[in-house]
Amino acid sequence: MESTNKYFLKDMGVMFGRSMRHISRSMDTIITVCITPIAMMLLFVYVFGGAIQTGTGNYVNYLLPGILLMAIGSGIAYVAYRLFIDKSRGIFERFHSMPIARSTVLWGHVLTSLISNGISVVVIILVALLMGFRSSAGILEWLAVFGILAIFTLALTWIAVIAGLAAKTPDGAGAFSYPIIFLPFISSAFVPTNTMPKAVRAFAENQPVTPIVEAIRNLLANKPVGNNIWVALGWCIAITVVAYIFAMRNYKKL
Amino acid sequence: MKKSIIQIKGVKKAYKNVEVLKGVDFEVEQGGIFALLGSNGTGKTTMIRIMATLLKADEGSIVINGFDIKKNPRGIRDSISLTGQFAAIDEILTGRENLQMIAKLRHLKNPKEVANELINRFGMTEAADRRVATYSGGMKRRIDIAMSLAGNPKIIFLDEPSTGLDPEARLEVWKIVQELSASGTTVFLTTQYLEEAEQLADKIAILHGGKIIALDTLEGLKKLFPPAKVEYVEKQPTLEEIFLTIIGKKEAI
Repeated sequence: MESTNKYFLKDMGVMFGRSMRHISRSMDTIITVCITPIAMMLLFVYVFGGAIQTGTGNYVNYLLPGILLMAIGSGIAYVAYRLFIDKSRGIFERFHSMPIARSTVLWGHVLTSLISNGISVVVIILVALLMGFRSSAGILEWLAVFGILAIFTLALTWIAVIAGLAAKTPDGAGAFSYPIIFLPFISSAFVPTNTMPKAVRAFAENQPVTPIVEAIRNLLANKPVGNNIWVALGWCIAITVVAYIFAMRNYKKL
Repeated sequence: MKKSIIQIKGVKKAYKNVEVLKGVDFEVEQGGIFALLGSNGTGKTTMIRIMATLLKADEGSIVINGFDIKKNPRGIRDSISLTGQFAAIDEILTGRENLQMIAKLRHLKNPKEVANELINRFGMTEAADRRVATYSGGMKRRIDIAMSLAGNPKIIFLDEPSTGLDPEARLEVWKIVQELSASGTTVFLTTQYLEEAEQLADKIAILHGGKIIALDTLEGLKKLFPPAKVEYVEKQPTLEEIFLTIIGKKEAI
C-alpha cells in the first residue's frame, strides 16, 4: 500500500496528461455538448421569452443558470461513454495489471469531466454575453458560482461513473443523462414556479435544480442568496457522496 | 530442469455455481514459451486473469517470480505484463504516446527513449505519430505487444495473441514471441490453435474440464501416441502457403 501511495501523484499526472489530450483532440464533443443548451437559450430568449413573466428585466440573466446545468447534464454523458470505452477495450485491465495507484484510473476520468464541462460552461457564458447577459457580480460571487457548478459537475460525474461501469453498450452508457438534462424544465430554471399546478410545483421546488439555479442567479445578480446556497450545496454534496460510494463499490468489483 | 518462475497449485475458480477451474496445477520454466491450450470457454482467460491479479482465485496458491499473490500482488504486477485478447490501446492517442504513457506508469526514468527504442524495434517509425484509431488490426496488435514490453517485465502474458489476425500479422506475432523468448523473457500464452502451440511453445499444457490433463514438450506429447508410421502422401500446399507465396511475404517466417 505504501508504495502505491508513493506513486499516486505521479500516476495521477500521467492520467491527467491523457485526459488533456482526449479533451484537446475531441473539441467536437464540446461543441456537441454546447449546441443543445445554446439552441434552448436562443429559443427561450427570442421565441418564448417575451411571453414569460419572470419579474426581472433581463430574461437571459434569468435563464442562464438553468442552461449551464443542462450543458453539464449533457456533458457527463461523455464521461460515461469514455469510461465504457476504457472498460470494454481492456484498457482498465491493462492499467490494473500494472504497478500503479489503481484509483488514479478513475480520478483521471473525473478530472477530464471537470475540465471539459468547465470549457462548455465558459463557451455558453460567452454566447450569453452576446445575447445580452450582464452581471454585476464581483470576483467572489463568480468564484462561488464556479464552485457550485464544479460540485454539481462532480456529483453528476460520479453518477456517470456508475452508468459507464454498468453499461453493456456505448448508447446505454449515456442514456442516464436524458432525465438529468430535462430536470431543469421542471424547476425555476425557465419560468417561476408559482404558476405551476400544486403537485408539479411541489416537485419543482423540492428538487435539486431549483435551489442551485436560484443560488447561482442571485450570486450573478449580486443579491443575497439566503438559504438556497446551503440547500444547493447540501444536494450536490449528498449526491456526490452517495454516487461515489456506489461507483467505488462497482469499480472494485471489476 | 530450468528454474521455474511460475508455480500454480490447486487453483479453483467458480462463477456463481459454475466451476470453471477445478484444481489447476502447473509450473512454468524461466525463459521459455509456455502455451496453455484449450477450447473456447475452458477457462484459459480466467487463468490468465487470475495470474495477472485481475481476478481472485477461490482456492489454491499462486507464486510468480517469487511473489505470493495473496501477500504481494504488487510484486507480481511489477514482474509481469498482460496483453489481453483485445488490443488495449488508447485510440485517441498516437502509438508513441501510448508507449510513453505505459513507460511512465511503469515509473521508468526515460519514457521517451523507451518509446523510441520500442518503435524502432517493432518497425513502426512511420506510424508512430499517427493516432492508433487509423491503424490496421495487425498494427494494433504490434503496438499492443510493444506496450507490454516497456520496462522489460520478466514475464509476458499473451491471451490469444493471434486471434482475429490475418496470416501475415499472425506470423509477425509469432516472430515477436520467439524473439522475446530468445532475449530471456518468459512468455505465457493461451491459444485455441493447435498449430500455434506447435510452432511456438517449449511446453504445452492442455486445459480441459477445469484441469490440466497433459503437460509436456511437443515431443513428450507426441510420445503419448503410438510411434509414427511411414506413409507416402502427396503433399498439397495449404491455402495459407499459397496465400503467402502469392503476396510474396513468405520470407517473414
